[in-house]
Amino acid sequence: MNDAVQIRDLVKTFGGGRSLFGRKASEVRAVRGISLDLQRGETLGIVGESGSGKSTLARMLVGLEAPTAGTMLIDDKPWPELAAAGTRAFGRTIQYVFQDPVASLNPRKTIGDILDVPLRLLCGYDASRRAARKRALIDAVQMPMDTLERYPHEFSGGQAQRIAIARALAAEASILVLDEPVSALDVSVQAQVLLLLQQLRDDLGLSYLFISHDLAVVEAISDRVAVMYLGEVVEMGPAAQLFAAPQHDYTRSLIASAPRLTPDAA
Amino acid sequence: MSESPVTAPSPARKRRGNMQLLMANRLAAAGLFIFGFIVVVALLAPVLPIPNPDLTDQPNRLLPPLSQGHLLGTDHLGRDILSRLIWGTQVSLLVGISATALAALFGSLIGLVAGYARGATDSVLMRLVDMLMAFPYILLAIAIVAALGPGLLNALYAIALVNIPFFARNIRGVTVSIRNREFVDAARLSGKSHAAILFTEVLPNVLPVIVITMSTTVGWMILETAGLSFLGLGAQPPTSDLGSMLGQARAQLFTAPHASIIPGIMIFVLVMSINLLGDGIRDVLDPRLRSGALDRPMAVTRIERKTKPAPTLADAPALVVDGLSAGFDNGGGVTPAVRNISFRLGKGECLGLIGESGSGKSVTALSLMGLVASPPGVITAGGVYIEGQEVLSLREQELIGLRGARVAYVFQDPLTTLHPLFAVGEQIAEAILAHQKMGKTAAHARAVELMESVGIRDAASRASAYPHELSGGQRQRIGIAMALANEPDIIIADEPTTALDVTVQARILELLDALRRERGLALLLITHDFGVVAQVCDRVAVMRHGEIVEQGDTQDILRDPQHDYTKRLIACVPELGEGHGFLDRVRPLFKEAGA
Repeated sequence: MNDAVQIRDLVKTFGGGRSLFGRKASEVRAVRGISLDLQRGETLGIVGESGSGKSTLARMLVGLEAPTAGTMLIDDKPWPELAAAGTRAFGRTIQYVFQDPVASLNPRKTIGDILDVPLRLLCGYDASRRAARKRALIDAVQMPMDTLERYPHEFSGGQAQRIAIARALAAEASILVLDEPVSALDVSVQAQVLLLLQQLRDDLGLSYLFISHDLAVVEAISDRVAVMYLGEVVEMGPAAQLFAAPQHDYTRSLIASAPRLTPDAA
Repeated sequence: MSESPVTAPSPARKRRGNMQLLMANRLAAAGLFIFGFIVVVALLAPVLPIPNPDLTDQPNRLLPPLSQGHLLGTDHLGRDILSRLIWGTQVSLLVGISATALAALFGSLIGLVAGYARGATDSVLMRLVDMLMAFPYILLAIAIVAALGPGLLNALYAIALVNIPFFARNIRGVTVSIRNREFVDAARLSGKSHAAILFTEVLPNVLPVIVITMSTTVGWMILETAGLSFLGLGAQPPTSDLGSMLGQARAQLFTAPHASIIPGIMIFVLVMSINLLGDGIRDVLDPRLRSGALDRPMAVTRIERKTKPAPTLADAPALVVDGLSAGFDNGGGVTPAVRNISFRLGKGECLGLIGESGSGKSVTALSLMGLVASPPGVITAGGVYIEGQEVLSLREQELIGLRGARVAYVFQDPLTTLHPLFAVGEQIAEAILAHQKMGKTAAHARAVELMESVGIRDAASRASAYPHELSGGQRQRIGIAMALANEPDIIIADEPTTALDVTVQARILELLDALRRERGLALLLITHDFGVVAQVCDRVAVMRHGEIVEQGDTQDILRDPQHDYTKRLIACVPELGEGHGFLDRVRPLFKEAGA
């Protein structure tokens, strides 16, 4: 059993292709040679501002984007092998929780229908087992049972994010990529979702890649933290150590800019 | 003056069903009834007591309308026009609707596949569609019928084919925007294949657009069928359709005009009724129009106060809000959004209005200048005093004159509040010219000056930049410059840094803080972030469910919150340096709540 995720020299460049008439399009280097490991049962926080490449990294991990160069081992399986096996292979290995929970649920489907899909396609359960599993999932994310018959617009942001987490859990993958899962939520709801995430990780033995721009949130939930800046990891280390004694200038400026309740502490 | 002059009784608005909404649109309802009547009569053609439409009767040819036995007269072969009209309408409707269904089926399929697949598939499919569009459609239809041979069925195919591009382009556009939504990615990660996603995730969301497009094109298709039949390429004798009736009667246009005028009127009435109905259906199904966007908002929020507050207030600070209540008219009554809000704000002071989503902080901010969209917004009680004068009692024009001049707003996302097609310098100059009389060049110079004062480097050249060319932080600086344009006394900033990165947020907050100190501005800062409040606000008011639960000195409230809600809200903010301790600290809070 190796690390849950192992990334080496990962590069992603957008654009840059040649158009019909041979003109080279401008390229954007979103991820520039990242190497990092996610250990099993660990939460690795990824911090960075908009444009730092953190979402691109997450989308490559779950197979929604293809890397330009570099290698990724996910649950000991090489990325190209998973990609060749199709999205179902990815779905069984690694799951993704989106930033905007309401946008990630199809407005014209009930929650029951939405949860049914991964259970049917990824786990291959029969109807009675799916029904039992759906109830268990709704229970695990602490939502009432009538949730299954309702539509996404009937839920608040925090409730929708619980449902989105339930969908990610339904696939029974052991690795979860959480892309700003609490950024769209109010503070009290945010605290509840963070508690839920930590409890699920401990109960089910999950590994989290937790992406956020909010330093305090990342510090609260992560074991280790990586700081991304312009497509590179500029600093990585245990959470407490990294925030107490930042080494890189960018990390220092991030910590200095974070709003605090007690302004004199800065 | 016991009643406020801007109050106008507006008709009750309720959330209504689709059918009720359609009926409320008089033109669409008229269209529906006429169309329904025509369809019923056409369908009943076999059982109606009308003569055989193909029975010729040479002695009685070209009888005028109202002749005995022939209500609408006869044509050049002595056939009954009323009978031919009813049977012909049946044929025209059948062909028009079938052609629409065919065009919708194939056009939507092309649009869905092209929009979802993108890349090479998209290019190839859309270039083929472009080729279809490059021909004048009627010439193309004629060419197709010429190749296939005249006949009603071939005319139907031709019309369906030339209308495919219309559907394909519309549906592709919608599909592209839905394809980029997160639920499509989520469905992929749930293991769905591309085909399954296209037909079970994307199609249900595109369906309303397909229905709208169909309802607006049926009339057009009937007209095109009539056109082809008129040219003798559609319905072949003795079958009658509206176009061929018109075509055959053309020769007698001067001797017996009724033979061509009657089918002409029928085509007109049929197509008009379908188009009116189609527009009505579009208005009902389009969620944006349905939400009430069709109702033009009034210039000032509707004000319906039972008691009028005193018109002036002695020795008042810059802004006093006294017992303000506002809500939304839901047809039957008013759903309150904020209740009994009172606060004071002096010059050079910063008050933070903090609360979670739905707490009513934005409604409060917008109500101060009567900016809540009305309908459905309505201010039900209280007063707003600016420099001691009650502004909600002012005449509409006077209140509008205060906006931007004495009280200015800064909004959350300047990318949506700045006009994308004008240079930022022009937009600032426009804000100045709205309130001050000065030359264009003077206004421009003043705009550059303002941009410098909000910390934009190289302002003279950046003034000609468009909003999309600036970063988020720079755009918010422009937003602040616009708010400063007329040297207001009060700035209301609604979540001004929520869309920004933390490092940029820190700079913008510094700027706002410096401006209010230098210029003695009263700053009302609306936010959900206690960190922001702690950094810039002197005082803070905590809102929950439309009410202020606690207000006081920022440091006092942060150190020693009195209300349970405030305590809980502050406890839920993670602090840097706390680490895993945060989760241990908040866990008991929710255990109690859950029990």
